[in-house]
Amino acid sequence: MAVRSESPAASASHAHEGTYAGGLLSWITTVDHKRIGVMYGVSAFFFFLVGGLEALLIRLQLGSAENTLIDPDLYNQLFTMHGTTMVFLAIMPLSAAFFNFIVPLQIGARDVAFPRLNAFSFWVFFLGALFMNASFLFGGAPDAGWFGYANLTSTQYSPGMRVDFWVIGLLVLGVSSIAAALNFIVTIINLRCEGMTLMRMPLFTWMTLITSFLLVMAFPAITVGLVLLMFDRMFGTLFFNPMAGGDVLLWQHLFWIFGHPEVYILLLPGLGIVSEVIPVFSRKPLFGYAFVVYSGILIAFLGFGVWAHHMFAVGLGPVANTVFSATTMLIAIPTGVKIFNWIATLWGGSLRLRTPLYFALGFIAMFIIGGLSGVMHASAPTDLQQTDTYFIVAHIHYVLFGGVMFALFAGMYYWFPKITGRMMSERLGKAHFWMMIISFNLTFFPQHFLGLHGMPRRTFTYESGLGFEAMNLMSTVGAMLLGASMLIFIWNVLGTLRKGAPAGDNPWEGSTLEWSIASPPPHYNFRVLPVVGGRDPLWAEDLTKAVPGDDPSTPEPHMPGPSYFPFATAVGIVVMAGGGLTLTLPVVLVGVALVLFGIYGWAFQPLEH
Amino acid sequence: MSQTDAAAMEMHSATGLPNRKILMWAFIGSECMLFGSLIIVYMVYRGKSLVGPYPADLLNIPFITVTTFVLLMSSLMMVLALSAVQRGDMKWGKIWLFMTALLGMVFLGGQVYEFSHFVHEGLTLKTNLFGGSFFLLTGTHGAHVAVGVIWLMSLVFMAQRGRLTQANAETVEIAGLYWHFVDVVWIVLFTLIYLLV
Repeated sequence: MAVRSESPAASASHAHEGTYAGGLLSWITTVDHKRIGVMYGVSAFFFFLVGGLEALLIRLQLGSAENTLIDPDLYNQLFTMHGTTMVFLAIMPLSAAFFNFIVPLQIGARDVAFPRLNAFSFWVFFLGALFMNASFLFGGAPDAGWFGYANLTSTQYSPGMRVDFWVIGLLVLGVSSIAAALNFIVTIINLRCEGMTLMRMPLFTWMTLITSFLLVMAFPAITVGLVLLMFDRMFGTLFFNPMAGGDVLLWQHLFWIFGHPEVYILLLPGLGIVSEVIPVFSRKPLFGYAFVVYSGILIAFLGFGVWAHHMFAVGLGPVANTVFSATTMLIAIPTGVKIFNWIATLWGGSLRLRTPLYFALGFIAMFIIGGLSGVMHASAPTDLQQTDTYFIVAHIHYVLFGGVMFALFAGMYYWFPKITGRMMSERLGKAHFWMMIISFNLTFFPQHFLGLHGMPRRTFTYESGLGFEAMNLMSTVGAMLLGASMLIFIWNVLGTLRKGAPAGDNPWEGSTLEWSIASPPPHYNFRVLPVVGGRDPLWAEDLTKAVPGDDPSTPEPHMPGPSYFPFATAVGIVVMAGGGLTLTLPVVLVGVALVLFGIYGWAFQPLEH
Repeated sequence: MSQTDAAAMEMHSATGLPNRKILMWAFIGSECMLFGSLIIVYMVYRGKSLVGPYPADLLNIPFITVTTFVLLMSSLMMVLALSAVQRGDMKWGKIWLFMTALLGMVFLGGQVYEFSHFVHEGLTLKTNLFGGSFFLLTGTHGAHVAVGVIWLMSLVFMAQRGRLTQANAETVEIAGLYWHFVDVVWIVLFTLIYLLV
């Protein structure tokens, strides 16, 4: 028996719109993982649009040769903030939205292990993101590139507060990421329902666990790099000052020891989503489950041993370059294993070509192209030709947009009915898909050739007559269409929220526990905690019996009460950041006082009240 | 974290371990990477300072050996504190917790003396790479000790008010995990900075 309910009768009525009811204050004090997930999703999508608008401005400037629409200074701010926003404020928190909403449901838990720490993580992210973007209002945004190479970031070459905003903003966001990752490690290890052994966990939960380990292990390296840079800028230390013996390459090592695992932090949740979507829409269990799990673990391990492939051009020597070329190529193996597993899952399946599957298939195709260009510059001699050109820009967008964003959209279409209780329009969803995949390729495919023809990245314009004009114009037109495709998605979301068809508990006939409860789920998720006996509990037997029990005769479980202490602590941290930015000790002390007030209030507040 | 988390949530534990203990172990894993990165910075810049004062001019090994001994003894006090609380002996539990914090404060006092002595001798953050990497590494460790002292004193205060009892031994155990970890880090720093000068 795969799923047995301790009380078999399931209630017929599944209306729980009340999950999201309540005013602004209830959202600020909420500790419900579902509401926090929704807040992560909405704010991350907002920053995705902000980062997208920055990209559109960049493309407008590059649409024609010797264009003067945007001056070099603003251009530097735009590409720096575009990269920083998309990595830290859009893709990571969009993944976090799914971690929050979906993981506790998939493991049969009522919430995460530390609900208030979860609220704290969100508020630190949100306020930290506002802090970083506030730089536009105070003398300009960070402009030293998203990986902020030393010593361009020194006070000599980057005076003013721009780089300070970047340094302190990333330190604040690191607090949020590490706190969230610790929370999900404990949640997944310890809150699995009865029968949910590790090798029965849904793939998305597995990839969340691996991503969380990557976060707690990788973020300290960039934290140390950022602290060194902050000390150099604020207190006059000499860490990245070559005149005093400082080594600018130390920054690159610290940044990329974080930065390459970060690539997998961005990617693995997407791989998890695709591994959920493909089996459901192929009506087959995932082919080679254990292989997919172990490949994910292997990718994470190898991810720590490849960082110097970002540094082939700095002259580390033939031995280092060879070793890092080899380790980088090794990563293609577990990644390829996953792709073969997805294809083998599709093979012979009875495919249901709905929007989530469209995006998952789009992901596979685009990610293969990005993976192939990645293997090309894994080879150090090839990379020397491609470094700092548009070839690299094309590669990163094929893996992060063609890869991760397609997977995240697959997840949005897949879980939207569970989150809101309403079905999105298939017609608009497919229109969105076709417009997005065509315009995406129109935007980024020509950039491979631009790069091979020598067009450098991060340069605000190019001369006419170099043969760059036509492909840049294609790329710019593609980018505008790509931006417009987002309008279809937004239109679809708004329309669905207003008058979408009710979704029911399990519209896709999915196999995992989140589909066994109402849509949207009640605030306690499971009235009776489920018990599972296999990997695909809802497929193991008749769906009607699989509902683990919203039995009205069982009393509603007690859930943790709201708390404003996490919010207060998060505000304190950002006040400290503001004080640090302007080097005003009283403001820092106010922030410290708020943090202490928040932590002590939090520690002594009973969870239920 | 409130000690009522697990109870109020009616949470079961898939591993049989308390949530907070897994959290602390995972956090310690993350802290290992933090101190590891800082240690790498110190080791990379060892012998790279272009101007003095150099480590051999300043480091007072006998003095730091004494404060190291004090910090190690505080770990012993921590063990005794946990043992007392687990037995339900809150009187000695309080005393040992306070002693742990006190020895931590003595260690911090030694560090304050050492830092001000170095500044007096002309080594600041800005002097050379040794100054920056030494103060950052040992200062980060000192900040961790300070957080531990505040945590322990909070526990003493809770015990005084009767809010820490045998039932909360896990709270003391988790503070102990943190405290022992910070001590272990110091053993590594003492070896790398002072003994291998």
